[in-house]
Amino acid sequence: MSLPLHAGTENCVGPEKGEVTPAFEKQADELVSRYPVSKRSAVLPLLHLWQETFGYIGPRGVEWIARKLSLQEIQVLELVTFYPWFRQKPYGKFHFRVCRTLPCALGGAGKTFAALQKLMNLKEIGHGGTMVSEDGRFSLEYSECLASCGTAPVVLCNDAFHEKVDDNKAATLVAECK
Amino acid sequence: MNCCEKHPMNPWNHDVAKDEKDLVDVQVDGVWMQMPRGLNVVEVAHRAKKFIPHYCYHPKLSVVGNCRMCLFEMGTPKMGPDRKPILGADGKPEIAWMPRPQIGCATNITPGMGIRTDSALVKDCRNGVMEFLLINHPLDCPICDQAGECKLQEYSVEYGTGASRFVENKVKKPKNVDLGERIVLDDERCILCSRCIRFSSEVMKDDVLGFVNRGSHSTLTAYPGKSFDNAYSLNTADICPVGALTSKDFRFQMRVWFLKETKSLCASCGTGCNITIGSREGKVHRLTPRENESVNSQWMCDFGRLNFHDLESKNRLDRPLLKAAGQQFPATWTNAIQRAADTLKKVKPDEIAVVASGRLTNEELFVLKRLLGELGVTRVDTVMNPGQADNFLRSGDGNPNSRGAELLGLSSGGRKLGAWGGEIASGKIKALLVLGGEDLVAAGIPADSLAKLEVLIFSGILSNATSQLAQVVLPGAAFAEKTGSMVNVHGRLQRMTRAIPAPGEAREDWMILRDLRIALTGGNSLHSVEDVWKSMAGEVAQFSGLSWAKIGDLGIQLESAPKIREEVSA
Repeated sequence: MSLPLHAGTENCVGPEKGEVTPAFEKQADELVSRYPVSKRSAVLPLLHLWQETFGYIGPRGVEWIARKLSLQEIQVLELVTFYPWFRQKPYGKFHFRVCRTLPCALGGAGKTFAALQKLMNLKEIGHGGTMVSEDGRFSLEYSECLASCGTAPVVLCNDAFHEKVDDNKAATLVAECK
Repeated sequence: MNCCEKHPMNPWNHDVAKDEKDLVDVQVDGVWMQMPRGLNVVEVAHRAKKFIPHYCYHPKLSVVGNCRMCLFEMGTPKMGPDRKPILGADGKPEIAWMPRPQIGCATNITPGMGIRTDSALVKDCRNGVMEFLLINHPLDCPICDQAGECKLQEYSVEYGTGASRFVENKVKKPKNVDLGERIVLDDERCILCSRCIRFSSEVMKDDVLGFVNRGSHSTLTAYPGKSFDNAYSLNTADICPVGALTSKDFRFQMRVWFLKETKSLCASCGTGCNITIGSREGKVHRLTPRENESVNSQWMCDFGRLNFHDLESKNRLDRPLLKAAGQQFPATWTNAIQRAADTLKKVKPDEIAVVASGRLTNEELFVLKRLLGELGVTRVDTVMNPGQADNFLRSGDGNPNSRGAELLGLSSGGRKLGAWGGEIASGKIKALLVLGGEDLVAAGIPADSLAKLEVLIFSGILSNATSQLAQVVLPGAAFAEKTGSMVNVHGRLQRMTRAIPAPGEAREDWMILRDLRIALTGGNSLHSVEDVWKSMAGEVAQFSGLSWAKIGDLGIQLESAPKIREEVSA
């Protein structure tokens, strides 16, 4: 089974690479044109676009978007740090989100998380941050409710959804990540 | 206040009513009164001599309503079936009180509104807000510079409880963050009111600051790699209600409750920002802006604010000097004044040139004007000191009182002065009296020309190339050390007040000039600055009818001021 990748996640490893192509610029301009009253409103769509294209939003992304919308960099950075969806560092090629909202937590999300962490050989970084494996293959974080409480615990791997993930299923999932 | 125009430097003026005569009835703590339409509840309470505590609200910045400290109890008139207010036994409308509190900063008054600023609910709310704000606060008041003027401290005493119920660990945040050249940030003290962010963005139009992260981890920061070096950055330390932003220049120097506060003027450029001088035991520790909507609102530039360290410069002149055998030696005032008078008497009036100064007060200039009139000296001018105009507060005129000098006829804007170099060289000018510490070498008269003068008398606060050539050096007083009046570039007459004595034997310049006048012409009727003012008001048309008291703390716009420049250039 090959897992569907989140668009462009293959770019996530290493520095914020990839050129800003004319096509990308055109896409960005189209997004900006949707907000004729205040182009500042386009900042969130542009952040999504940047992350989908380049994998994460580093200083280059913040500065490019700020320039595009005539904003100060800090105004873009505020948003990047506010929303957990936006990431400032590259994630692994396979990014796992383990739900830890109450039903999943009761259903053993902690155990699943620990199993995944061990299988991926990830070091603890504390404070619920995202762990990334040294080879950039895997990354793992907790997430809030993924809306499938009846089949807890649930895991999202890139865009693929997995239900009732116990230790065995976790091992299968990790093994399938090639 | 009857000002309906927005001050151009403030995007908001919540404390200024659009129309002071358009009134609505409101009830504040049980008392019915009339207040201008459009004011918010914090300002209405203020005018009703009540106080609603607040952190994030600032009358000159946009309203964000994020501190929740200004919660009050609000009511609206009860309406009968006929849609008319139901009147109570006292004939006043009965008020239906809302069960939930509202924020005063973001609530404008409406007709018949009831406002309670001290009910049990309000007190409870304030208590709760204070407890929340203090949850992560480090409580390091003993080492915090804001202590003594900290709103968190004041409101804790006034509205908080003595103890916290919070037993968990406080959130750790960055401390001692070097935000910029002049500002240090302590993120743990920050209560996230965002006044500094709004000041940078709305008043300075230069966003560098912002909040990153979320929830209890929200942190004030400058964009990585950028520093908060705005020319007005220190105003954020003023408006910061807590000790998060502090001035590098002032921090750890002096406890604020020891400071003597003197209302005065900034003398660093022609704008004449109103300031408060904070001094203790003869030493100035800080300058802070003093509100004057006609001049500087509540702001001042960092340059002016920090431009007081010259008062303690090692080049400060603190006793009279006389030159003998090519060297300057300390002397007594009596001898110095006598020597100055004697040497001046030896040359003809038309061989004397006087460099007055746009740094002198009107009173000093007036004593000088009298002296020159009595002597018959006509060669007088000032040195122009170009400033760095920035379209906000800083003026292109580096002298604080150029307009005063023009108005008293002692300045041609530096045009006459241009010819003096040649006239000194040709021997037409034999004596030069330099006032206000002007450095003529820097102003373009070569030092070897000055050395040829028979008489060179210098008065000022700092030694410079010109003072070193002088036969008589008369040490004067700096802006914080003298009382007088000045006229700013917009023609506003304002008062400057002495905060500290001049160091050593240095004297206020008007006294030096008075003594010189006594020694030269014997004339004296001026015993105090007020005396000088009275004589001046009698003689100078623009000042006529104005008394020292009338100028007041905020100054007076001179009606004929706009003409002054034309008269000079004519």
